[in-house]
Amino acid sequence: MESRFHSVKLLEDKCKGCTNCIKRCPTEAIRVREGKAVINAARCIDCGECVRTCENHAKAIMANSLDDLQEFDYNIALPAPALYSQIGKASGPDEVVWALEQIGFDAVCDVSFGADIITECTRRYIRGNDLPRPMISSACPAVVRLVQVRFPGLIPHLAKIESPMYAAARVARARVGEQLRIPDDRIGVFFISPCAAKITAIISPLGSEKSYVNGALAVSDIYGPLMASLGRGGSSRPLYRGSGLGFGWAMNGGELRALGDMKALAVDGIHNVIGVLEEADSGRLQRVDYIEALACQAGCVGGPANVENPFVARVRMRDVSAGVDAGSMATSLQLARDCIDEFGEGYFCMHEPIQPLAGMELAESLESAIARMGELEKIVAELPGLDCGACGSPTCRTHAEDVVCGRAIETDCVFKLRERMQQMAEDLLRLARTDLPSMARRDDN
Amino acid sequence: MTARDEHALEMDFAVGRHDFAAAGEVASRVKQVLRQLGIASDLVRRAAVATYEAEMNLVIHSNGGKVVLRVDSERIVVEACDLGPGIPDIELAMREGYSTASDEVREMGFGAGMGLPNMRRCSDSFKIDSSVGRGTTVTTVIYIAEPGS
Repeated sequence: MESRFHSVKLLEDKCKGCTNCIKRCPTEAIRVREGKAVINAARCIDCGECVRTCENHAKAIMANSLDDLQEFDYNIALPAPALYSQIGKASGPDEVVWALEQIGFDAVCDVSFGADIITECTRRYIRGNDLPRPMISSACPAVVRLVQVRFPGLIPHLAKIESPMYAAARVARARVGEQLRIPDDRIGVFFISPCAAKITAIISPLGSEKSYVNGALAVSDIYGPLMASLGRGGSSRPLYRGSGLGFGWAMNGGELRALGDMKALAVDGIHNVIGVLEEADSGRLQRVDYIEALACQAGCVGGPANVENPFVARVRMRDVSAGVDAGSMATSLQLARDCIDEFGEGYFCMHEPIQPLAGMELAESLESAIARMGELEKIVAELPGLDCGACGSPTCRTHAEDVVCGRAIETDCVFKLRERMQQMAEDLLRLARTDLPSMARRDDN
Repeated sequence: MTARDEHALEMDFAVGRHDFAAAGEVASRVKQVLRQLGIASDLVRRAAVATYEAEMNLVIHSNGGKVVLRVDSERIVVEACDLGPGIPDIELAMREGYSTASDEVREMGFGAGMGLPNMRRCSDSFKIDSSVGRGTTVTTVIYIAEPGS
């Protein structure tokens, strides 16, 4: 099985071996083995659901640190719109940009501007292509991975458009390279990420051969230094800033609001997304043109690498979005269109195909998978159906899967173990009561 | 579930009359099973759509029945069997847009008269056996490999 990079990692010393995370994982990728959670790399989609669930903070998001900026001559921060939702009302976007410069960046390019570019590209893409309906937004990388792992039949439905982050990275790189005459490989571009999935997408890009982003910093990692700088109160402008609609992408329904009038559906929260994709995958949503699907509840403002409560953050995001609109809406939208004209529309499309990802199969050959499925059904029928998780697998069914694939044994189930012990005790008793030839026959037998 | 032999899988899923709350669950289960068998995603997709339509037909029109999934190395078979009432005119039932669904059912967004035509579109071989008063069996076959290859 292919081993893939993941930004979600287990901190072994903090893991207490409880079964909370295995229950919430949307791809049933986690098991508890020898007292610790183990993540199956083939199935993990980096949604961060386990990071959110773990009360012991044993799931961490691996990201770059500010020290990594030293590798480059010139560093550009790409703050996700959601970053602005994490900061109190006292500081406006320009103060945040200034604070980012204080902690080590030479320039800032708002990803909300990338969102404006992608909004326009998506609009043209939907209009220009006779693609299977419904089309599914590929803005959330956790959703794209979910499709690859659990809904490969929906891969042709994914909009082959790059993410706002990617668009922002490309225009910022080009502008800095041109105006300051800095060689491309000396420019460091770092995304300020609200989630794990985006970080994974940078390390192993979804639909492009090369990542235009050099690394990512988690919002939660830079929150401390950022807040310390914010207190000192300077203000600065970014290279590019998006419209209020661009900022709105960080909230559920925001992408659709930006795209405007069409037959579309918005869904947020990974388990809700699964429900909608199930419908689409059975051909039930053909009358819907476009699906906005975000893995985190409330949208990117609810990302697992954020610090604020998602619903509080959403209110702040709305304020930021409205505040930006007042001045520069038309200007930034026009600027986004100019960028598309300058770079060409194809520049913001994914060029590499999105492939299905293996991970759910019981065996490599169909024959042995059929045999194992038959075995699995028999085992499931004998299990208690409590889905208690004590065996370390999330459900009785996944336990049966693990048994037929040789990753567990049936008596890992405490109920099975109990049955077996009862059987043994009865056998033992029967044996103990057996008459020996030298003894007189007992009547009580 | 009964495995006839080691190389064939057979699974039954009961579907109740007017059980709209559970509608779609069989299709999801079938999809999960086929995915775990490592079947190519376009075939899984077709089987899932056929199963969904079969399941909805049972919910909307039948007195209850079951969906049977059979898989061997050559084909995926999705069979919907019910206990009546039976289809009086199969040719008419196959016509796109024709439906005998009640107004209540149509209000729920079903009964567009596309179920059987959709099933046929998803299948490599498609068959309806029906007798009024006794019941209907709709058989959808999707080939994994060319027959005989």
